[in-house]
Amino acid sequence: MRLAGLIIVIICGGLLLSATQDFPAWGDPDSPASTHLSDHYITKGLEETGAPNLVTAVLADYRGYDTMFETVVVFGAGIACIFLLRTYTQRTRGREYRHIPTGVIIHIQNPDKRGPRDQREFELIDNMWVPHDLIIKTVCRVGIPFIQLFGLYVVCHGDFSPGGGFQGGVIFGASLILLALSFDLRTVLDRISEQTMGLLCALGVVIYSGIGCLCILLGGNFLDYGRLASVLPVDPSHIRALGMLGVEIGVGFSVMSVMIILYVNIASEGRHNQGL
Amino acid sequence: MSDLLTEIVHKYNYWLYIILMMIGLYAMIAKNNLIKKLVGMNIFQTAIILFFISIGYKEDATIPIIAGGHGDHAAHKAIEASQYINPLPHVLMLTAIVVSVATLGVALALVVMIYQRYQTLEEDEIRMRVKQ
Repeated sequence: MRLAGLIIVIICGGLLLSATQDFPAWGDPDSPASTHLSDHYITKGLEETGAPNLVTAVLADYRGYDTMFETVVVFGAGIACIFLLRTYTQRTRGREYRHIPTGVIIHIQNPDKRGPRDQREFELIDNMWVPHDLIIKTVCRVGIPFIQLFGLYVVCHGDFSPGGGFQGGVIFGASLILLALSFDLRTVLDRISEQTMGLLCALGVVIYSGIGCLCILLGGNFLDYGRLASVLPVDPSHIRALGMLGVEIGVGFSVMSVMIILYVNIASEGRHNQGL
Repeated sequence: MSDLLTEIVHKYNYWLYIILMMIGLYAMIAKNNLIKKLVGMNIFQTAIILFFISIGYKEDATIPIIAGGHGDHAAHKAIEASQYINPLPHVLMLTAIVVSVATLGVALALVVMIYQRYQTLEEDEIRMRVKQ
């Protein structure tokens, strides 16, 4: 298998390397990729869409369909992960509790019947993963709000500076994964429940396609943001950038919740009780 | 020989990406462990992402965000296409990165299920247990 793989790889690599002769040189402004459509995007992009960040303009306006179905792919990945992994049967192998004043850890074989009565003195901890580090917890507690604020900034400022829904959603989702790593999985699930994640994940796609359908209702084509000018009292030159912002917020919702769904389901093998 | 060397020096970016891509392809074919195969898939995707990004690069050009295009006083001066790099590959790769995360997530979910069922991630051991 190794030898066969090596032969296939060498043949493929050799063919590709011999094809590099025909490729444009590094940084050539007249290469085929940079001549036809790209010139139109660069010279007319700001005028037509009102968004200085051309990447966002192309992403959310010129290629709006592509991005919409990209969001559907992300949504589908989240749903597929839930369907594959989520189980509702709890295998009880006993639970560990930490006595908070003394730090002693006790193991209880049958926690449903003989669990500790005073929940304030005993803290449920994970069997496999026991992160109890004051420094890590404190640093993450201080840092996470700023990470989330930065994520929101990246979403909202996507039209003007590097950023957008995908990036901001990933930053926001990563902040919640950091919370799960530094505290534990239940802390995250207390703050954002499974139902909320599923709803947010669907809401993102609904916002995106809803804005598209709203444009149809107002007499334009699907995702023709210019038509939103009749319902939103803003400067008509900025209306397309505003439509893009709405779409990016939808993308941000979807990506954020799918990141958390993937993490929570994979880390806990679908049981949502404990995990990495 | 010197022709080949100048060729490599001029097109070194493509050579690097193709080597990286072949490393990923080899890992996907030859490795026995499923997680290593997934890592190989990610290396493969990274090579393609780098390839697209390098296609969009132009000499002496800056990022595709129009300077002075913000606010109401947006300068309506003529924009030269050679001033800004090509935004299209960036858009395509932005979505490709997200899709690669999604495929990786689903692949890891499948790997977790395989592990729960067969208690191993080595391909030959899984094949042995499937036959039993």
